[in-house]
Amino acid sequence: MHHFANPTRFLRLADRIQPWAASLTMAFVLSGLYFALLSSPADYQQGETVRIMYIHVPAAWMALFCYTALAVSCAAALIWKHPLASLAGRATAPIGACFTLLALVTGSLWGKPMWGTWWVWDARLTSVLILFFLYLGYMALNNAFDDPERGHKASAILALVGFINVPIIKFSVDWWNTLHQPASVIKMSGPAIHSSMLIPLFLMALAFKAYFVWVLLIRMRGEINAMKVRALRMRQVHDAEQNRSTPVASEAG
Amino acid sequence: MNSFVQIVRRDLNLSFRQGMDSAMVVMFFVIAVVLFPFGVGPEPNILMRIAAGVIWVAALLASMLSLERLFQADFEDGSLEILVLQPVPLEIAVIAKITAHWITTGLPLIIAAPILAVLLNMNADGFGMLIAALALGTPSLSLIGAIGAALILGARRGGVLLSLLILPLYIPVLIFGVSAVDATLAGLSVKPHLLILSALLLSSLALCPWVGAAALRQAMRS
Repeated sequence: MHHFANPTRFLRLADRIQPWAASLTMAFVLSGLYFALLSSPADYQQGETVRIMYIHVPAAWMALFCYTALAVSCAAALIWKHPLASLAGRATAPIGACFTLLALVTGSLWGKPMWGTWWVWDARLTSVLILFFLYLGYMALNNAFDDPERGHKASAILALVGFINVPIIKFSVDWWNTLHQPASVIKMSGPAIHSSMLIPLFLMALAFKAYFVWVLLIRMRGEINAMKVRALRMRQVHDAEQNRSTPVASEAG
Repeated sequence: MNSFVQIVRRDLNLSFRQGMDSAMVVMFFVIAVVLFPFGVGPEPNILMRIAAGVIWVAALLASMLSLERLFQADFEDGSLEILVLQPVPLEIAVIAKITAHWITTGLPLIIAAPILAVLLNMNADGFGMLIAALALGTPSLSLIGAIGAALILGARRGGVLLSLLILPLYIPVLIFGVSAVDATLAGLSVKPHLLILSALLLSSLALCPWVGAAALRQAMRS
C-alpha cells in the first residue's frame, strides 16, 4: 500500500487508469440508459415511474460505498499516516455527498407517485439524511482549520465515528417497519427482480462505480496539485523571511 | 481515581466561581421551551401532544450550547497541555471533564424539565418517565458532544461547526428519549426504549472518552 504513497508514482498509475475509467463510464452509461429507458418493460403496478429505480438504487449503493471508502481511507490516514489517504478522503467526501443527495432527491420524486408523499420520516430515509449531514460535517470540519493537516486529522476521527450509521442504514429496513421496501436485489434467496430489470440496474451500478473512480482520480490530482502549490508558497514565504532577516525585518506592507 | 475526582472538583469549582455560566444554560432551556406555546399556539391538546419532543429538543440544544467551552478554555490557557502530559491516561481526564460538564448542565436540565412539562400541559403520568429518560439520555449527550468539542479546538467558527458535527449524532438519543415518554403516555411498554437508551449510554461511555482523547492529542500535536 505504501508503494503508492509517493505522489509521482500514484499519478503515473492514475494516468493509466483514468482513460479506462472514463471510457467504461461512457460505455456503461450508454448501454445502461438504453436498457433502462427503452428496452426494459414498465412495471405492471408502478408503470413508467419504475425507471427512477435505475438512478435511485445505484446512487444509494454508491452513497454507502463512498462513506465506507471514506472511512477506510481515514483509518489508513490515522493508523499508517499514509499521506495520500487523507487526500483520498477529502476527494471522496463531495462525491459521496452528491450521490447521497441524488438518492434522496430521486427517492423523493419516486415517493410522490408511489407513496403519495415526497417525504416520510421512516428509518431508511432518516438514516440516509443523517448520512448526508455526516458528509457535510466532514467537509466543513476538513476546511475549518488554517493548518490543513489538522483538518485532515480531526475530520478523519469524525468520519470514523460516523461510520456507525452505515450498518444502521443497511439494516434499517429489516429492523423497523418502514414504508421503504426491504432489500430485493442482494439477498440469500437470490434477487427478487426479473432479469429484464436486473440487467439495466447492474449496468447503471457499474456505470456509477466507474464514474466514481474517474472523478476520484481527477479530484485526487487536484488535491495533490493544491498540496504542491501550498508547499511552494510556504517555501517562497520562508525564503523571503530568510532574505529579510537582516535589519529591516519588520517592514509593513 | 484520585485524579479523576480532582479534575471533576476543579472543573466544578471553576464553573461555580464563574457563577452564571451554567445557570445560563438552564435559562436558555426554559426560554427555548417557552417559545413553543407562542409559536404553535396555546391550544392545550397540541401542547400536550408535543411536550415531550419540545423538552427533549430544547435540552439537546441547551446541552450543545455549553459544549463549546468544554475544552476551549483549557486549550486557550494551556492547562490542556498539562492534562495531556500527566501520567494519568488522557481518557480518564476526558471522562472527568465530561462528568463535570454533565453535573453543571445535564443535572439542572433534568431538574427544570418537570416544571416545563407543567407549562406545556403534559400529562402528569409522564413526569417520572421524562426524568428517567433525561437521566439516561443527557449523559450520552455530554459524552457524544465531547468528541465534537475536542475536534473543533482551534477551528474557525467552532460553535457553529460543533452543531453541524454533533446534532446528527444526537438524533438516536432524541428518538428513543421521546418515544419512551410517549410510550408511557400511551400506556405501552417503555422497557425497549429504556433499554436502547441505556445501550446508547453504555456504548458511548465505552467509545467516546477514547475518541475524545484521540481528538485532543491531535489538537495538541499541531
